[in-house]
Amino acid sequence: MTTAETHKSSGMGKDLAIYLCMLVLAGIQFVIAFQNISAQQMLERMLIVAILEAGLALLFFMHLADNRGLRWFVIIFTVAVILGMQYGWTDSFRIANGVTWAK
Amino acid sequence: MSQADLTLHGHSTAGAMAEPTFSVPAKKMAMWLFIIADTATFAGCLFAYGFIRNASQNWPRPFHSITNVAVMTLILLTSSLTMLVGVKAAQAGDKPKAFRWIMITAVAGVLFAALHLREWMGMIAEGATLFHNPWGTPLFSSLFFSITGLHLLHVTGGVVALIVVGVRYQGGRYKADDIEITGLYWHFVDLVWMFVVPLVYLLNLSH
Repeated sequence: MTTAETHKSSGMGKDLAIYLCMLVLAGIQFVIAFQNISAQQMLERMLIVAILEAGLALLFFMHLADNRGLRWFVIIFTVAVILGMQYGWTDSFRIANGVTWAK
Repeated sequence: MSQADLTLHGHSTAGAMAEPTFSVPAKKMAMWLFIIADTATFAGCLFAYGFIRNASQNWPRPFHSITNVAVMTLILLTSSLTMLVGVKAAQAGDKPKAFRWIMITAVAGVLFAALHLREWMGMIAEGATLFHNPWGTPLFSSLFFSITGLHLLHVTGGVVALIVVGVRYQGGRYKADDIEITGLYWHFVDLVWMFVVPLVYLLNLSH
């Protein structure tokens, strides 16, 4: 096996390991769905697993692990947009339900 | 200023202009910006879903089995791996192998869409429509069909993109970079599904 081939196969080995990790995490989400816990606990646990799974996909399948600048750009920009949206949604929810301003 | 100076300045300016942001080529950067924008779209839908679900008194839990959604998840996750194999083959210059794995990814996408449509047909047969469902608040089926429909639209678009880019790459019109950019989109579609499954399906399982 040439050096290039060795490098190539080791690269796929890592990808396969990430894929298996993601499969296991997806499986854990299904296991959580059958736990006898409250909907809020279930949501929290499932979201933590989903974020881990998405993190693996972003870092290794989408190669953000190789580009530090792009990685922080994507994380900061996306989180800022989502948090801003979260603020907007809660306010819309308050208005839709006729809840008064907090004192 | 001599001609040599002008040339030097010209080169230096061109070099500065050509320096890509975060060392990422413009096309790839455009895809990342699209992915961020699309993340906001899906996040908006899922946040809305969360608030409405929380506020609804008679929210239904109509799903009895996880088999279909588990198989769909397996197919989509596996398609991300096959896409990765295709991208690596393209980067290594192995066109036939890259084309083969891209087409396998597209077939996986078609299979996913077929299973999704089968599930939709089952729900429609039980009386669920965009504005009505027989189990509880009609908002459930509105949100279910909207969110999964938006994702299905992305999968369908991804399959079309994979076929078009794959064929053009095979024909020599597109390069390995284009395969990689299409791969980014496909991984994103997979990534969104990781959040749709727990929120839309697993939280609505009837125990």
